[in-house]
Amino acid sequence: MIATGQLEELLENILSRYGYDFTGYSRASLKRRIDGFYVKGRFTSFADMQRRLMDSTAYFMYFVEEVTVNVTEMFRDPAFYQTLREKILPVLATYPFIRIWHAGCSTGEEVYSMAILLKEANLLHKSILYATDLNQAVIEKAKTGIYPINTMQQNSVNYIRSGGKEDFSGYYHANYNLAKFDEGLAEKMIFSTHNLVSDSSFNLFQLILCRNVLIYFERDLQKRVLELFDQSLDSLGFLAMGSKESLRFSSIASHYQQIENKEKIWRKSR
Amino acid sequence: MAEKQVIKTRRLIIIGGSSGSLEALLKLLPKLHKKFAIPIIVVLHRSGQADNGLTELLAAKTYLQLKEADEKDLLQPGWIYLAPPDYHLLLEEDGSVSLDASQKVNYSRPSIDVSFISAAPVYKERLTGVLLSGANADGALGMQAISQCGGRNIVQDPEEAAVSYMPEQAILLCKTADVLNVAKIAALLNSIAMD
Ligand SMILES: C[S@@+](CC[C@H](N)C(=O)[O-])C[C@H]1O[C@@H](n2cnc3c(N)ncnc32)[C@H](O)[C@@H]1O
Repeated sequence: MIATGQLEELLENILSRYGYDFTGYSRASLKRRIDGFYVKGRFTSFADMQRRLMDSTAYFMYFVEEVTVNVTEMFRDPAFYQTLREKILPVLATYPFIRIWHAGCSTGEEVYSMAILLKEANLLHKSILYATDLNQAVIEKAKTGIYPINTMQQNSVNYIRSGGKEDFSGYYHANYNLAKFDEGLAEKMIFSTHNLVSDSSFNLFQLILCRNVLIYFERDLQKRVLELFDQSLDSLGFLAMGSKESLRFSSIASHYQQIENKEKIWRKSR
Repeated sequence: MAEKQVIKTRRLIIIGGSSGSLEALLKLLPKLHKKFAIPIIVVLHRSGQADNGLTELLAAKTYLQLKEADEKDLLQPGWIYLAPPDYHLLLEEDGSVSLDASQKVNYSRPSIDVSFISAAPVYKERLTGVLLSGANADGALGMQAISQCGGRNIVQDPEEAAVSYMPEQAILLCKTADVLNVAKIAALLNSIAMD
């Protein structure tokens, strides 16, 4: 197990060597992940692990992938997607053009879910989905649109629970143990790396989804990232967060209204 | 540093359970004293989907305040916090909780081990772990961590537990645990929380 002082030292060294700033991340979760990395890597000491990380950029990128939480699934929290379908898309439909940002998109399941919703609402043709993540590796996976076939059963159940009426298996082609989503769905997706801690706003959106990312950040960093979203959101735009996240404590809360039901979606009021 | 001072005096009780633990909990909660002075975290294995009214059910059974934990909640005496479905609950040095939706542990999220192991080095001898009925080994490793860090463990008597496997696994790994029935667990917790 890594001591608190060692953890802080490691985070400082990572910041100065690679420019990745994890000092604003919630410590309990980060420490658990780094402890896990330490055990899995069979290092002889903390110094050993630190040396390996400082010596090789490739190895450090692997570390980033391991210590961040990338767990995701399609139509995660189906009721949330039902609300998107019924309450948010009809509003977006009135715009000539729809720009959506998936911040912290992980391996892309959320982005494909959104593309399916847009397609079914006949809005995909006038939409663009920007999908970003800190990790190059998950972005590369997301770009392929290929997922293990054994995840499709859960995805399909979620799709139906979210109010989906089509045959879900019509959206992908099965090939041995893999499922590849229709390229038509991916046509409007733009993937790139973007670090919410250090990179700036890059466009103006009508909808930003940042789900299950901010729970890993401490309050101050959460506030900064929410300000970044505020700068990146059109007036009357929507901000969607994970089921345990909120903008209640942030400086931007005063000009946002949570939409009526209990889903974590806020609308910018100016 | 002022913050560190606070945590030095802060105590915590974490109660974990799986199948059969709800009935034990429903017997335990009403017995906890009105002036119970230590925050309690309850980590139950439950199905991931939709809230099935568990929070309301448990809240109705105690004199204490009860809520589902939100991320960054600062733990307060007089409160019981229920770990939300589909998140692990971890403990921060400043007395708050963090949520984490990483991979399941022991087929479970929330996992009792994750909470126990995370709390053990933070609360040390000021931590009490309680493990109730269950059909899974979750919690056993965590109890080992708690006792290594100087904390105290209480396990429901397997004779009384609806499903004895979970308490038995914990007793195997953690020989120092007190093995008690629910009535005695309640009495012991009350005495810990009153001094
Ligand atoms: C749990 S996944 C969330 C995936 C999806 N949004 C969902 O809700 O299922 C969290 C993602 O946030 C990414 N992440 C963590 N820190 C980040 C940062 N500073 N900037 C951008 N993405 C970050 C991780 O790489 C990970 O892929």
